[in-house]
Amino acid sequence: MSADGQGRSHWFDDEAGPVVRPYAMTRGRTTSAAQHRLDLIAVVVTEPHADDPEADPTLSPEHVDIVELCRDTSQTVAELSAELDLPIGVVRVLVGDLVESEFVHVNRPVPPAELPDESILRDVINGLRAL
Amino acid sequence: MIFGRSERGKPPVEPVTLKILVAGGFGVGKTTLVGAVSEIRPLRTEELLTEAGRPVDDVSGVEAKNTTTVAMDFGRITLREDLVLYLFGTPGQERFWFMWDELSEGALGAVVLADTRRLEDCFAAIDYFERRAIPFLVGVNRFDGAARYPADDVRRALDLDDHVPLLMCDARDRESVKEVLVGVVQHAMAQAAQRRQTVGT
Ligand SMILES: Nc1nc2c(ncn2[C@@H]2O[C@H](COP(=O)(O)OP(=O)(O)OP(=O)(O)O)[C@@H](O)[C@H]2O)c(=O)[nH]1
Ligand SMILES: [Mg+2]
Repeated sequence: MSADGQGRSHWFDDEAGPVVRPYAMTRGRTTSAAQHRLDLIAVVVTEPHADDPEADPTLSPEHVDIVELCRDTSQTVAELSAELDLPIGVVRVLVGDLVESEFVHVNRPVPPAELPDESILRDVINGLRAL
Repeated sequence: MIFGRSERGKPPVEPVTLKILVAGGFGVGKTTLVGAVSEIRPLRTEELLTEAGRPVDDVSGVEAKNTTTVAMDFGRITLREDLVLYLFGTPGQERFWFMWDELSEGALGAVVLADTRRLEDCFAAIDYFERRAIPFLVGVNRFDGAARYPADDVRRALDLDDHVPLLMCDARDRESVKEVLVGVVQHAMAQAAQRRQTVGT
């Protein structure tokens, strides 16, 4: 791919400036098929069979970072955004791709408008007191 | 390094995650409160916005749009290996309300931090949570040198509903912040119980 070609270099156009840069990783997309506006505290977990993401030519380095980060310890969308220094919207798209290609799965938090179990709330209170 | 933390093959714990929002005016102590109880230094996360205060949701032609970044900080409290509470300090300005929409979805509840020297800075947050029936309490952050008013006077000045708890607190003090957070969860429980009762009759 030559630097003045029309492929991905389009997204690295100087004029576009630093704001566009993160979205280059998502090729300008802000939504992804498998994604339903992932919550900031949705938990991303790497699938056990996702051994060698680097070997997959469709994945960007940022995709690979996410797969590796979520392998030993699950990570929330907010944590990935902070860790990789990427805007939340970009992380959502990348995670959506990885869900689609079955490198990771996502656990959504308690659904909105539905408080968690009273027993969980009690655990939270006790846990906070014990801190 | 990435592979260092544990041996491969052991599936990671998939915890239940919960969140509480910390809202309030500029400089009222939101980040300080989060930092006082978080097990990690508050982390920063960002979202890109258009000038109109909407998230960037179509990036084609983004070059032409003026975008700004809105930052939120958050902290984490691992209550149990499988139960983790996140605290999000939310930007106070009304033009970021769309972010509150997103953040408050599924939130356990909220803390509205108030400074008695400029109470009006938290009106917007109180309105917001009241209107959406999100359980919240008001924490009056006691800054050194600020006059101390009786809780009832502050309640009246905020025109607070009787059922909304109001606590005096110190955002720098871990015990004080723990008490505030326990208060939020208790209030959320009470509000949920009441709602169930209303539905049940
Ligand atoms: N004396 C005193 N100072 C405080 C207290 N809480 C916060 N501060 C100080 O007030 C300043 C602002 O606190 P922050 O926690 O950054 O406030 P914030 O609400 O996160 O501010 P923004 O994110 O900029 O809106 C810092 O210098 C804190 O050290 C308090 O309870 N007492
Ligand atoms: Mg702050």
